[in-house]
Amino acid sequence: MSLEVDVEHTRGSFQLRAHFTAAPGLTALFGRSGSGKTSIVDIVGGLIRPARGKVVVDGQVLVDTERRVFVPPHRRRIGYVFQDSRLFPHLSVRHNLLYGRWFARGSGGAAGDLGTVVDLLGIGHLLDRQPDSLSGGEKQRVAIGRALLAKPLLVLMDEPLASLDEARRSEILPYIERLRDEAGVPILYVSHSVAEVARLATTVVIMAEGRVTAVGPVLDTLPLADASDGGSVLDATVSRHDETFELSVLTTAAGELQVPRLGAPAGAPVRAYIRARDVMLSLRPPEEISALNVLAGRVAAVIPISSAQADVRLDCNGALLMARLTQKSVERLALAPGRPVFAVIKSVSFERT
Amino acid sequence: MTAEEWTAVRLSLLIATTATLASLPFGIAIAWLLARGRFWGKSVLDTVVHLPLILPPVVTGYLLLLSFGRRGFIGSFLADEFGIVFSFRWTGAALACAIMGFPLMVRAIRLSIEAVDRRLEAAAGTLGANPLWVFATVTLPLCLPGIIAGAILGFAKSMGEFGATITFVSNIPGETQTLPSLIYTLTQVPGGDAAAMRLTLVSIAISMVALLGSELLARRIGSRRQAA
Repeated sequence: MSLEVDVEHTRGSFQLRAHFTAAPGLTALFGRSGSGKTSIVDIVGGLIRPARGKVVVDGQVLVDTERRVFVPPHRRRIGYVFQDSRLFPHLSVRHNLLYGRWFARGSGGAAGDLGTVVDLLGIGHLLDRQPDSLSGGEKQRVAIGRALLAKPLLVLMDEPLASLDEARRSEILPYIERLRDEAGVPILYVSHSVAEVARLATTVVIMAEGRVTAVGPVLDTLPLADASDGGSVLDATVSRHDETFELSVLTTAAGELQVPRLGAPAGAPVRAYIRARDVMLSLRPPEEISALNVLAGRVAAVIPISSAQADVRLDCNGALLMARLTQKSVERLALAPGRPVFAVIKSVSFERT
Repeated sequence: MTAEEWTAVRLSLLIATTATLASLPFGIAIAWLLARGRFWGKSVLDTVVHLPLILPPVVTGYLLLLSFGRRGFIGSFLADEFGIVFSFRWTGAALACAIMGFPLMVRAIRLSIEAVDRRLEAAAGTLGANPLWVFATVTLPLCLPGIIAGAILGFAKSMGEFGATITFVSNIPGETQTLPSLIYTLTQVPGGDAAAMRLTLVSIAISMVALLGSELLARRIGSRRQAA
């Protein structure tokens, strides 16, 4: 599957000009609120008609203003999971789920029957309830199931976790991961949470003020995002658990990381998201310090972000690590490209998402 | 009650029911247009729909007589082409009642359509429902209480309609003599007070039953939505 978006749209004083191509898997549209992420999703879903441009899904042209093509939303076969789940209040959960399937009869597409989707999302016990009686997390899972059962060629998710608290989020994230890995439906996912994107995305499209500023695989691209809690992503494998201290040891390209005990079994692939502000740099191997993680690397670049702070990009055995330091520290340690350094990361700074 | 009085009650119920059921599809369509449509002349349509509410009923009745009467431009066409005659028939009374009750019906339905969350309609669209299906499966069920309220208002208005009916189809016993017309006639003749009183009580009873019925229906829809 492929998704190609090349659109221009103006709404009030806001100008959107975006061009990107998405690879299979989960593509995250990342940026601050007001950067145009939702507008793009609405254009792909057919809720907004762009002033100019083209949207192509799997070779099927949905919008082409030059050729005056505009496929109405109900013929696009695009599942849309809204921030506010938008379940139909007059229908039971079962009928909400089956709503789209009825219109998709006879057409091919991903993820078929009710049983599979219900199992995937763990909503079997909710089928006979009314939407009013569900919790926010349950509503969102039903909304995801409803979109899937319409046999979509592409699923759009517009900050599906934004209205939920921390506990509900971590309840849904595994289901979205399973969706990405098992259902085989490509997903376009809007988020302004770095942690969510780090965990879920295959590809990241970074947006700012209506423009696409970077597109690429999550490991290379997310560190470029201009976010207050910016950082880097490391692909890792759980190598073992330390039950005495409730820690898990991860193997990454940059070296071993000790993090708070994970639920994943040994051998499972995980992603570690390391916020730039949690990384400390030392010129010598630190001794007798409390932090459990010390990774050796070289400075790849120093990117000033203000007159007071800078982001230092490190190359740790091929993996990219970001450290946010004061300009004063950059000068004191004479950090410049090529300089060998040691990155120090406290285990407690890792959060489970 | 005398046979004449029973006839008037039965006729009134028939006319009001016919007027309500026949105008309901149009009422829903116009209400939807006014609530959701964006077209030139919308305010003109709105005004025309509300006209019977503001005009003196006698004027509405007279306009009906001019247009739907035997020699009226619509009336003569319908009579010649289809054999449908409204003037001095109970069908004419139903037409007058339908037109008089129409603004009330449309108003109630329109408000309930406007209250339906458009984001739900958009969601239904992304699930593959075309606009007609969205209306039938999302908008219509969600505004059902408003439709019932509108129908009851139209029915109640039809039961009480007097001015336009008597102007358009007169006061013919057994054909166009409705409850209000008979009460009016009885108050004009000496000794008719007792009969007029009886019919007044019948009229009050019918109105209350209609209102209670709509209340119960609305509550049942509401509870079904909450239940399970």
